[in-house]
Amino acid sequence: MNWYKYASPPAFYPLAGKMIPWFAIPAAILFVVAFYFGFFVAPSRAGDQNQVYHIIFIHVAAAWMGMFLYVLMAIYAGIGWAFNARLASMMATSLSITGAMFTFLSLVTGSFWGKPTWGTWWAWDARITSTLILLFLYIGFISLQSAIDDPRRADRAGAVLALVGVINVPIIYFSVQWWNTLHQGATIRLLEKPKMTSPMLLAMLVMLAACWLYSIAVVLIRLRCIILEREQNAAWVAEGAA
Amino acid sequence: MNWSEFFSMGGYGLYVWGSYFTALVLMGGEVVLLMRRRKSCKRFSRNQK
Repeated sequence: MNWYKYASPPAFYPLAGKMIPWFAIPAAILFVVAFYFGFFVAPSRAGDQNQVYHIIFIHVAAAWMGMFLYVLMAIYAGIGWAFNARLASMMATSLSITGAMFTFLSLVTGSFWGKPTWGTWWAWDARITSTLILLFLYIGFISLQSAIDDPRRADRAGAVLALVGVINVPIIYFSVQWWNTLHQGATIRLLEKPKMTSPMLLAMLVMLAACWLYSIAVVLIRLRCIILEREQNAAWVAEGAA
Repeated sequence: MNWSEFFSMGGYGLYVWGSYFTALVLMGGEVVLLMRRRKSCKRFSRNQK
């Protein structure tokens, strides 16, 4: 099987269409499962924390997605720029909207957590500030691309911004170790025993899986739209192959 | 289980449900906007599938 074939929009378009239900349906199921585990199986309190802790399931998943999707967007934008691969650039454009949505969600849910826990909706703490910068990078990428009429030039300009902004992702990740911050440290680290009970951890991981599947599904749907919008004058679109 | 107790979340209902409601609105909104875009971009293709 020649995988390179799928780097071309006419070949990828129908493949993506077939893939979407395989991500969208499990995503919907896993959101329900995560909600069930988070609210009916996990304990109502977590150690010294009261019931407000239930926010973490969606907060942590959203924050992780915001960072993952940014790195993925930068990689695709970089590939699209370096190898002149237009499908990869379209993928980066498609990823930017969902990534911005999750980053915004992590800030809002963090606020809902901060008010009852720390007594404030907002603090200029290292992690919160660097996450806000992540949101601005997404917004910058989206507005820069929409401000440039020529799609390939927009792709290149976006790629520069996305690649420079990648430096912010490790800053977010390590901010709780590098600076003495209001935001608590990592609860889950690779290679370490998580500081959570297993139903809570399970709820969080299932929520993360649901968010991943959701992201893949919406990014593919949007990518198909971007392909049609950009290639509307190409013969394969006009002939009804799409 | 008592449902009113469940919804009050020990007095933190506003924060907990506010968070999940925001998540629902943002993701649901993204899906709705995407379906609209899908409708408008499909006109470029003769194959309406």
